[in-house]
Amino acid sequence: MEPKLPIPGGEDLPAATVTARPSPPLAKTWFIFRREVLAYFLSPVAYVVMAVYLLICGYFFSVSLIASQAAEMRGALGNMGITFLFMAPILTMRLLAEERRQGTDELLLTSPLSVGAIVAGKYLAVTAVYALILTITGIYPVIISIFGDPDAGPIITGYIGLFLLGASFLAVGVFASSVTDNQMVAGVVSFGILLLLWIFSWAGDALANDLGRALQAVSILNRFDDFRKGILDLANVLFYLSYIVGFLFLAVRMVEKRRWS
Amino acid sequence: MPVIEVSGLTKYYGDKVGVEDLTFNVARGEILGFLGPNAAGKTTTMRVITGYMSPTRGSVKVAGYDLLDEPAAVKRHIGYLPENPPLYRDMTVRAYLEFVAEIKEVPPKRRRAAVAGAIERLALGEVQGRLVQNISRGYRQRVGLAQALINDPDVLILDEPTAGLDPKQIIEIRNLIRDLAGHHTVVLSSHILPEVSVTCSRVMIINRGRLVAEDAPERLSARLRRAQRLVVRVRGPAQKVAAALGRVPGVAGVEAVTEAAPGPASDGLFYVDAEAGSDVREGVFHAMAAAGAPILELRPVELSLEEVFLQLTTEEPATDDGPGANEGEVEGDGAKAADTGR
Repeated sequence: MEPKLPIPGGEDLPAATVTARPSPPLAKTWFIFRREVLAYFLSPVAYVVMAVYLLICGYFFSVSLIASQAAEMRGALGNMGITFLFMAPILTMRLLAEERRQGTDELLLTSPLSVGAIVAGKYLAVTAVYALILTITGIYPVIISIFGDPDAGPIITGYIGLFLLGASFLAVGVFASSVTDNQMVAGVVSFGILLLLWIFSWAGDALANDLGRALQAVSILNRFDDFRKGILDLANVLFYLSYIVGFLFLAVRMVEKRRWS
Repeated sequence: MPVIEVSGLTKYYGDKVGVEDLTFNVARGEILGFLGPNAAGKTTTMRVITGYMSPTRGSVKVAGYDLLDEPAAVKRHIGYLPENPPLYRDMTVRAYLEFVAEIKEVPPKRRRAAVAGAIERLALGEVQGRLVQNISRGYRQRVGLAQALINDPDVLILDEPTAGLDPKQIIEIRNLIRDLAGHHTVVLSSHILPEVSVTCSRVMIINRGRLVAEDAPERLSARLRRAQRLVVRVRGPAQKVAAALGRVPGVAGVEAVTEAAPGPASDGLFYVDAEAGSDVREGVFHAMAAAGAPILELRPVELSLEEVFLQLTTEEPATDDGPGANEGEVEGDGAKAADTGR
């Protein structure tokens, strides 16, 4: 019954890290994951986000292709990353906040489930939706290869980078959703964090000192440039993975902490 | 061996007290009722036992497992219906119950049977294909119960299980809960006295986070009944009427509710408290007839929960002077509870 979603390779890494807790069998993460994916497609949210995102991506792709007349996707991929920064909070804001609002967290937290399994299941669900969206944009490279002869390398690494970038956005969103029982607040908080992490990348130009370099180092978008240029640097991959693990860890702690307050 | 052992349970919200120093055991097969007004600490206690919240101090053991050491083991033994049934509005009833069966570790081979069993037991067949958001409040409460029962847990914790139901549904749920006793151990809460007295084998009255009284419901209601209170509306001079009422044998106290206006023909409203075990209605009639003050109204007062609390919490300080006031069921800290019970 459950929809088969294409899941790129990097997907199961955060789960393995987050659920490395005493006992939770992966089965429970899977149950949460499946319910959450179904919830996306039972409500209009996933469809609307998908439609809007694909519309904007299609515009960027067409315009940059027409303008540059070049069989490459560097510009389009960059714009797709920025555009997803605006979409990610909408996809994630519901995840944990709504459980609290509806009281369903009382079911989850009193079932023999670890908080890690709950957060991992939900994160993987929204990441799967994202992966599905990216898969649909796979039509762009196909179009380019029909009419030109693109260099496959930068496109492949660009997509890997785009996936990791978006997956990091989503981890930030999951964390924001754990701090409140209000979807809107969760959305605004995650949007705010993401925007900050983006504009940090401009600090290097404005501040030519250690602070500027430090801010640039944590900026979530800088590393994406290498991927788009065709450079697959393990350090960059680890950078995004640690972002993901770090924010998911914070989300788990937030949920656990609330039980003590 | 008790199935639930709670000892010294304390939960603060910041510096606000949720529950304080609660100690009790629940034996296998027992139905224990928590009775108390809203915000008395019933929900907090249940949330701690189920592991939804962590206690500030104290320990909870369920089926021999300590909640802090082995939370998952405890959770496997508990089915919990929170005050608001924890339902996903966007799922069908059947899909929801299947999901609960999965996360509650019902083995894959038995899931189908468990879901079908819960649907049958709570008569959800009609709505099983409908979205939770489209079913009535009564059905939602039943889906909530089905959810708690689905993995056949030893212990059922039900927070206000009949709240918001119509009388017919209330009776159905009560019967179901009574059927569950014996095989399951049930802890339920209510802010309505008759609710707990008809279903429970033992009642704990909680107020302001503390245990105020604990007893079998028959004895508890006997204790409440023994002090009969009447409302009497009498036409006549207030002081004379009050004095005459006070002389009726068996009357413990008279309280004028409305100050009767001066003049012979005004109405006065009085509360008449009877001593334990005596029915003073006849005496009141004769006394008023003798005094030439016609009774306009005479009815017993249903003790509201607030008055029950007042009565129970003020009982202990009066240990020396009242007959039967020293039955000894009031747990410690009565003096402090009396302060707050007012």
